[in-house]
Amino acid sequence: MALRDFRLPDVGEGLTEAEILQWYVSVGDVVTINQMICEIETAKAAVELPSPYAGTVTALKVNQGETVDVGTVIITIEDGVAGESAPAVPVVPAEDDRNLEVPTGKPKQAAVLVGYGVKEGQTPARRARKAASGTQEELGESIVVELHDGPVVAKPPVRKLAKDLGVDIRRIRKSGNITRSDVLDAAMALHGMEQPPATTYDPHREDRIPVKGVLKEMAQAMTTSAFTAPHVSVWLQVDVAKTLKAVKKLKDWEEFEGLRVSPLLIVAAAVLQATKEFPKINSSWDEANHEVIIRRYINLGFAAATPRGLLVPVIHEADGMDIPTLAKELMSLVDTAREGRTPPNRMQHGTLTITNVGVLGIDGGTPILTPGQGAILAVGQIREIPWTVKGKMKVRPICQLTLSFDHRMIDGELGSRFLARIGALLEDPSELYESDNDGDDE
Amino acid sequence: MSELQLVQILSPEGELLTDPEYPLEISTEEIRALYRDLVMVRRFDVEATALQRQGELGLWAQSLGQEAAQVGSGRALIPGDYAFPTYREHGVAWAKGVPPEKLLGMYRGINHGGWNPHDNDFHLYTLVIGSQTLHATGYAMGIQRDKSNNAVIAYFGDGATSQGDVNEAFTFASVYHAPVVFFCQNNQWAISQPIESQTKVALYKRAAGFGFPGVRVDGNDVLAVLAVTRVALARARAGEGPTLIEAFTYRMGAHTTSDDPSRYRLAQELEEWKLKDPIARVKSYLTRSGLANEDFFADIEKEAEAMASKLRGDIIDAEDPYVEAIFDHVYAEPHPILEAEKNAYINYLESFAEGDMK
Repeated sequence: MALRDFRLPDVGEGLTEAEILQWYVSVGDVVTINQMICEIETAKAAVELPSPYAGTVTALKVNQGETVDVGTVIITIEDGVAGESAPAVPVVPAEDDRNLEVPTGKPKQAAVLVGYGVKEGQTPARRARKAASGTQEELGESIVVELHDGPVVAKPPVRKLAKDLGVDIRRIRKSGNITRSDVLDAAMALHGMEQPPATTYDPHREDRIPVKGVLKEMAQAMTTSAFTAPHVSVWLQVDVAKTLKAVKKLKDWEEFEGLRVSPLLIVAAAVLQATKEFPKINSSWDEANHEVIIRRYINLGFAAATPRGLLVPVIHEADGMDIPTLAKELMSLVDTAREGRTPPNRMQHGTLTITNVGVLGIDGGTPILTPGQGAILAVGQIREIPWTVKGKMKVRPICQLTLSFDHRMIDGELGSRFLARIGALLEDPSELYESDNDGDDE
Repeated sequence: MSELQLVQILSPEGELLTDPEYPLEISTEEIRALYRDLVMVRRFDVEATALQRQGELGLWAQSLGQEAAQVGSGRALIPGDYAFPTYREHGVAWAKGVPPEKLLGMYRGINHGGWNPHDNDFHLYTLVIGSQTLHATGYAMGIQRDKSNNAVIAYFGDGATSQGDVNEAFTFASVYHAPVVFFCQNNQWAISQPIESQTKVALYKRAAGFGFPGVRVDGNDVLAVLAVTRVALARARAGEGPTLIEAFTYRMGAHTTSDDPSRYRLAQELEEWKLKDPIARVKSYLTRSGLANEDFFADIEKEAEAMASKLRGDIIDAEDPYVEAIFDHVYAEPHPILEAEKNAYINYLESFAEGDMK
């Protein structure tokens, strides 16, 4: 019986790491040679790994979702064969310190991971050079020697660098190619240039989070958007007293029974109404075709903080909905997102986005557009602040709206008029629901 | 491409057809032997792929799906006929008798080829796309001058037809009536480039422009490939010049183990080609005609497993080359500058703390 470690191989010519997507086996399972044991994802592809050993799994050394370097032991299998010769490579001491027998007649091999992806220090493949370390000065002394007549192998830019730094390249002792760093080392040794001590912080005091999944998506989307669409933001403070009254009023209506009526719902309705009046807001820049796409449907996205991170679930064809339907859709959208169950198709094809930063106690901000959309509205918190109404100071509920838009196709006038219209609808939202109610019920 | 003009003798359903232009004299024993070849080659390829995934090979180019094109053409060769492969002709190597484990050496990085081409008249694998067609043409012109009775076969893929080398080879072979057969496995994909982006006309039709015949054969039909290749080789041996054979087949696997075809082709395409599997149709023909029973198939499975197991052992136990070896075959005779470089390199290696780097 012997324990066999399987190290993560370089499955694709020069890869250095891979993520274990899924284990197909668990500790205690009996596996056969070439039975698929896991799926990994590299920079090139997602592939399955077949077991190189037959036996019983004794340990899975890497968790699902973890990214590890090539050469890392990922699984240990007890081969169940007593005294079997010729263990397959790679052979390393088992955990309990029993050294495995190496087949005789062959030199002991370090990890034979064909390819060149193994990072130094990861495996016993490479040993330190004799007298490898030392201060810069010592290193310099050892590298700069008397002139020699042998051939010098160096690329022209390296030769020029040496010349510029006043280093005679023939005084650099090295068999093989002289590199830029050899020249710099030699220059330091010769001229006593001192390297400032590098400030280092203990890596144990830092946490590193792999960039993947929602985080990766967010980073890519925001980078793309921020550096392709020229953003302009305009903002407006709005007295939302009537909006709050409307919320109260609608709650009592039959159609809204069991539904959540919130200021956000009224904001959404106002955005839909204003977009119908300013359809060019609902547009997208098509770089490839040198065209602006103006959409005659509105898919309204809502930025939501979820357990998986920031997601933007979308209500498709929102422009065709009456307010109760919109309320219902919004409720199911928020609930699904909070549970982290939003399916991918509910996050695609948005045309406009609302981000409700107010729930976080924030007045406003300059949101970044969702890629492919023309505008995004940030809704701030509703604050009771002194406000003048008809020349008198009153305490009113005030909300700040910020609109960011893509200035490639939406100019300042259009963006401002659109935001002003939303503001006006929130100052007096009656037209949003009265016609609605009329049409449906009376 | 549904209205395909191609030579077919065994349909995907395993029905035996006849083609008046390509009559095939073949015994049951020969068909059974071809079946064994196909199974052994596929099993070999599966094992090599697994070995790559286990870190034993740096790379592997799968032949999955192309077994019939390779075995059929390889078995049409007679002793003395010389084959110039790409890097994927595992089935031809098998037919030529190259020991399977030798094919893995280059992919493990322990040698640059691993077999003596003259032992089996099978040239080393060529990685540069299409250049072996020029080697083959030159070799064919050579044996032509030797008044040899043999022929040469050059393998290449659909992607290689876009290379200058292949077109130059066509020109030379045609003008000099070189005894060479150009065997193109059109597996539909040049890595991620589909055939539509390689050519506007069927590949076999290109031969006409160079002045020699071209024929398209069902590359998943081992009998048709055998028949068509035999005719082309006979033409070459009779001094009638080259022939282009387009074996219409499909690369069922990835281009190599470094490639992920799911990024650029649809799974549905793969499913369609699975129905045309080169092994399944021979099996169903043998079964339906009562020419083989379960024992026959089971025995071959067993033999294939044993071959795979031996292959695994052989490659894991393969000796790494000694590091100085890289200096030893550059010149036939000692060379002072190289000698100095070799010594410098040995000194460098010895400067490491422990001495078992080799």
